[in-house]
Amino acid sequence: MSPEKQLEKLVNDENPEKYGQGRSPMQDAYREFRRNIIAVAGVIFIIGILLAATFAPFLSPYGFAQQNTLNNRAKPFTGYDITEEYAEENCHWYNTPLEWGCTTFIAGSDALGRDLWSRMVYGTRVSLAVAFVASGVSVIIGLTYGTIAGFAGGRTDNIMMRIVDFLYAVPTLPIIIMMTVYFKALARRGVTTGFMGTLIFLNKSTGGLLFVFVAIGALNWLGMARQARGQVLSYKEKEFVEAARAIGAKDGHIITKHLIPNIIGPLLIIESMAIPGYIYTEAVLSLISLGVDPPTPSWGAMINEGYSTLRSNPHLVMFPGVALTLTTLAFNFMGDGLRDAFDARLRGRKL
Amino acid sequence: MLRYIIRRLLIAIPVVLLVILATFVLVHAMPGGPFDAVGMKAMPEHIKIVLERRYGLDKPLYEQFARYVFNILKGDFGPMFRQPSQTVRDIIEQTFPISIQLGLTAIVVGFVLGIPIGIIAALNHNSLIDYVVTFTAVLFRSIPPIVMAPLLIYIFAVQLDWFPVAFWGAHPPFFLGFIPKLNGEFISHAFLPVFAMGTGMAAGIARLTRAGLLDVLSSDYIRTARAKGLRERTVIVVHALKNSLIPVVTVLGPLIAGLITGSFVIELMFAINGMGRRFVTSIGQREYFLQTSLVLLYGMILIGANLLVDVMYAWVDPRIRYD
Repeated sequence: MSPEKQLEKLVNDENPEKYGQGRSPMQDAYREFRRNIIAVAGVIFIIGILLAATFAPFLSPYGFAQQNTLNNRAKPFTGYDITEEYAEENCHWYNTPLEWGCTTFIAGSDALGRDLWSRMVYGTRVSLAVAFVASGVSVIIGLTYGTIAGFAGGRTDNIMMRIVDFLYAVPTLPIIIMMTVYFKALARRGVTTGFMGTLIFLNKSTGGLLFVFVAIGALNWLGMARQARGQVLSYKEKEFVEAARAIGAKDGHIITKHLIPNIIGPLLIIESMAIPGYIYTEAVLSLISLGVDPPTPSWGAMINEGYSTLRSNPHLVMFPGVALTLTTLAFNFMGDGLRDAFDARLRGRKL
Repeated sequence: MLRYIIRRLLIAIPVVLLVILATFVLVHAMPGGPFDAVGMKAMPEHIKIVLERRYGLDKPLYEQFARYVFNILKGDFGPMFRQPSQTVRDIIEQTFPISIQLGLTAIVVGFVLGIPIGIIAALNHNSLIDYVVTFTAVLFRSIPPIVMAPLLIYIFAVQLDWFPVAFWGAHPPFFLGFIPKLNGEFISHAFLPVFAMGTGMAAGIARLTRAGLLDVLSSDYIRTARAKGLRERTVIVVHALKNSLIPVVTVLGPLIAGLITGSFVIELMFAINGMGRRFVTSIGQREYFLQTSLVLLYGMILIGANLLVDVMYAWVDPRIRYD
């Protein structure tokens, strides 16, 4: 018996029920991740805002578009000029009793007298939608493109990757901005027919988010395509692929059943590290009024609205700003934690 | 190397042409035109026709495009419709240097802060300093410029009144030219915008430097260098540092591309009369020539930056050859 075997037997003898079982890399990574307190805190925070987004109507005292111009630009924890009738009509059970029977605006109100807290709670929906849908869009496009290029190889691969190189040199953001302007101009003209009409209708029913998804997806699939291609290249010569081919598996089967399950994990980790960038891009687009359509609340749009009165009403910028920062921070912590947990595996795969 | 650079520049020509073409078509496809209204009223039809003829907008699109490209080669970027006293070239000459100043200073700050901090963290691996640096880096990386800018303005310009709130380069003779005069006025105007733009970058660079250096320090040739009795400083500076910067150079490309986005935000918030702000404010107008020319400039910046990164890559890592 070799020394390694002896050692293994010794270790396994201590927990007889685990005899013969090792830990899978997944379990290793999970244990590693769980030990990383900061990363776990990030995940908990993200789950928290997921819940907030789901139960937004229950967490927000007012609607996100509900205006009361008597109460514009109220400071946090106040609501001046409120009559008792108004309070009775509008205050809800979760408001702490105060002078008029309730504190009206936990985080103050904006220039149109809309409750900032409610808008921030609803704003989680936009940021999370961007975080998950936009990264989904970019993964799907990039993965498909990269896998096809890497699997086909040869000339097809060469041409497809030259296209990616070509697009890398294009200033995508300014062009995306011009495209968004074009769509928005068409939407304002009330185009309702044809393909454009359908797009505009979809965009309107998502509160302007569709164009944001398209913009962010179009901006970011290139990197994903390169990564996916690299991974496919390193895997398609492996023995198990050869074995599958030897027993007569078709290309489609090999890609979907053998290649993608192996490469998807690392790619998702890389993608999770890009999520803060997506949230930021949405905020920038909303800041220059090309993101969500008003009155849909988005943190970027709220910063834009509040910025003109920064001197007198800093809370209009600071609250959404803090929300944006904390969310970015949580996603960064989670991404770093995931990368650290899977690091050994990633390094073996030459990323 | 020179052949490689020339080849890259030749490849860039079709890219630039395609970028101009796409933008040109997109801008012209937008509903409405530059002469739809005078003030609040609709422009009389006959005047509109005369004006469009004056600027050549009545010609077929391909002819307009050919003339535009031809004029660019002569250095004429086309007219401004709303400000007839200025041409697009004038606007670019005013705004471009300011944006370049802002971007380059931010990059310099990012590197000057980021690399030493990263080195210090790596040399004190797993110590308190390391943890503090790592945590601060993640924190600063997570404060997006869109939040950093108002925060800095509110604290340092509004409350403490240490720096001016805005108006970098507002008065024309003031900071024009690519190389700014480093006088007090410039520094006080530039401090907040550059800081808002540069800290995130510095945090990212510090993180990469730290990771890169840690990676290199555990490699065999460093052990050899130590074993042959070199001083620790020589080991770090001469042997380890250059190789540890390879990942830093890799992100330089995305970093410069990110500066383009960053310049929109920072220039808007600090009311800096730069290219990004000009581009964003011209969005709702139909300034065909201005918009196309600015996108063209962005494309050229991006191509130049990518080329620079590849050249630097070969410099830090001599194993890479392009021939």
